[in-house]
Amino acid sequence: MNAACYTVAPVIEFDRVHASRGDREVLRCVSSHVEAGETLALVGRSGAGKSTVLKLINRMLEPSDGSVRVEGRDTRAWDSTTLRRRTGYVLQEVGLFPHMSVGRNVGVVPTLAAWAPERIAARTHELLELVGLPPAEFELRWPDQLSGGQRQRVGVARALAADPPIVLMDEPFGSLDAVTRAELHVEFRRIQERLRKTVVLVTHDMREAFALADRIGVLDEGRLVACDARAGLQASSEPAVRLLLEASA
Amino acid sequence: MTPLFDFWAAHAAELWRLIGQHVTLVIVSTAAAVVVGVPVGIMGARRPRIGGPLSVAASIIQTIPSLALFGFLLPLPLVGGIGARTALAALILYALLPIIRTTSAGLRSIDPAILEAADAMGMTSRQRLVQVELPLALPSIIAGIRVAAVIGVGTVTIAAAIGAGGLGEYIYRGLSMVDATVILAGAVPVAVLALLVDAVLLVLERAWSWRSRGQKASRVAVVVLLLAVATGVALTAYPQDERIIVGSKNFTEQVILGELTAQAIERYAGLAVDRRLNLGGTFICDRAIQTGDIDLYVEYSGTALTAVFKRPVVRDPKAVLDEIRTLYANTGRSMLAPLGFNNTFAILVRGEDARARGLARLSQLSAHTPGWRAAFGYEFLERPDGYKGLAATYGLRFSEPPRVMDLTLIYRALADHQVDVVAGDATAGLIEALELSALEDDQHYFPPYDAVPIVHSATLLRHPEIGAALGRLAGRVTAAEMRRMNYAVDGQRRDATIVVREFLDSLN
Repeated sequence: MNAACYTVAPVIEFDRVHASRGDREVLRCVSSHVEAGETLALVGRSGAGKSTVLKLINRMLEPSDGSVRVEGRDTRAWDSTTLRRRTGYVLQEVGLFPHMSVGRNVGVVPTLAAWAPERIAARTHELLELVGLPPAEFELRWPDQLSGGQRQRVGVARALAADPPIVLMDEPFGSLDAVTRAELHVEFRRIQERLRKTVVLVTHDMREAFALADRIGVLDEGRLVACDARAGLQASSEPAVRLLLEASA
Repeated sequence: MTPLFDFWAAHAAELWRLIGQHVTLVIVSTAAAVVVGVPVGIMGARRPRIGGPLSVAASIIQTIPSLALFGFLLPLPLVGGIGARTALAALILYALLPIIRTTSAGLRSIDPAILEAADAMGMTSRQRLVQVELPLALPSIIAGIRVAAVIGVGTVTIAAAIGAGGLGEYIYRGLSMVDATVILAGAVPVAVLALLVDAVLLVLERAWSWRSRGQKASRVAVVVLLLAVATGVALTAYPQDERIIVGSKNFTEQVILGELTAQAIERYAGLAVDRRLNLGGTFICDRAIQTGDIDLYVEYSGTALTAVFKRPVVRDPKAVLDEIRTLYANTGRSMLAPLGFNNTFAILVRGEDARARGLARLSQLSAHTPGWRAAFGYEFLERPDGYKGLAATYGLRFSEPPRVMDLTLIYRALADHQVDVVAGDATAGLIEALELSALEDDQHYFPPYDAVPIVHSATLLRHPEIGAALGRLAGRVTAAEMRRMNYAVDGQRRDATIVVREFLDSLN
């Protein structure tokens, strides 16, 4: 038997990645990887470079130095459209298309991928069920008729629609009230239990990271200063990590 | 209000044709501006470096007064000339700005999170534009189209000055006749049209806004209905069969002469005639006849010599006619036989004085002037063929220096004994009405302004019967007849069409 069969190749790899936004270097020499089915949370203060990491993964940005590999291939070698359709994306502001019904919003990526209409309809129903929005009630509603929590559920359903192996989430629950957020945390764990996607989630809240992620990466001024499971992180002496832990204690 | 409704009732067919032309011009120009403006607006939103200057150019065009813009466009090849083409070019230029602006603004106002989501979904730039950006910007774009169309309804009015037709024809006709009823006959439908266009496009804006969540079928139905109406209107407004186009300048006598030549061709040659009356002046009429945009208009021999061909003044009427006949013939235009009257300056005295003193000729006048007062228009006092030469030629001296007076008041001032001699227009209708008497220019001091029909030569070759038809008018329109018709239209507010018809009936 081939030795490779025993090693699970990482789905996402960062190899000494530098990245800039304008003249400002926002990531400095970040190296890390995410395994298949793993949920990695990126934590850090505002401007630490968390969102930049997500945008590097689906090639909305390219590294200024080093390389980002997805499924073993450099993002610059990927066709960016193909790559993005394999990568679900959930934003804090959700970004639902206001001129499309909830159902059509969920079906956007399958439609772009030219699925058959019946298959899109079936998939849309399945996903609305999955995120706890009964299709009979919600499919024909419009984004502005939904609460913040409902909108974010639609955002998650939309990200999962074409069954992408990778899901990127940029502070997905950041703008929700505490009760709704707790509710969605439960939903997230339930869904992730079933689907086992490779998830990279950005948050500024260490408690949210502990609640949702297998491992947590801490970014501080563009550097990845720690990347470990909960127990390891709590034992860390890194000042930036201590600061975040104390803030969420 | 009654005269207004009477006017509409008497001109119902023409009214509908003018409304049809008006609406067609607005629809075609707005549609073309959408085709050009929306892509420019998109570029403006995406690449401000290219779109910015284009938008500035559109703003500058917007500041050019429409009459001036028509003037700039007239001499250009392809878009120039008189008629609907030039009007369309100007209207499209005017409609561009609101459409470019609102397209850019609509695209720029889209929530960045929505665009980020579209990118992250793996939409290509074209998919993002078509599926997300344009639908979201559509209410803003349609609002711009609405503004453009409503402005267009107003601007088309001015297009009548270059023969594009539309309701402006009534407004210009009314202005040249100083007849408020005729002005209103055009202005009221324009106002109603503007409100209607605004309302229809508001419905369209609502139907197509994503906020309305309208069904695709009903949206398409609205557009199909509008297109059907537009096509119908255009087909009725611009009949396709060949018609002779008669033009005229924009004052009463010219409108009457336009109507006269048009009716003569209809009556004696049996050809269908379109009227492009009230064109904005000698230059526009002449250009139009050279390009064949109009087939015919009536010019004055002295004007043709000095204004059209820029030659020095010649005082012998026959020499002038011979010279311009050759000049016209060499440049694709044909001069027909003079109609009969000479629209020159006329030195006028009261009829009672003329009779009492046996005054008929200018050479008799100097015997009486030392005790008389004179009034002249400012232009007459200044121009080379005006007062100074007149006084020298006939040895005139007055008791006091001549007064300067507005031409419209001068006839009344003479009749009211405020002055005793004035210089007026030989064919002014008021000469007859106020019982004034014109003295014969027996020394031929004034250059001749004989009225002559000018025809596009190619048209005359195709339809020699036009020459024969207008030949029947040759020498028949005397100064007295012209004055009578001018007075019937200006003084008695009668319809030029009817006055001309009666005149032609009387010729038989």
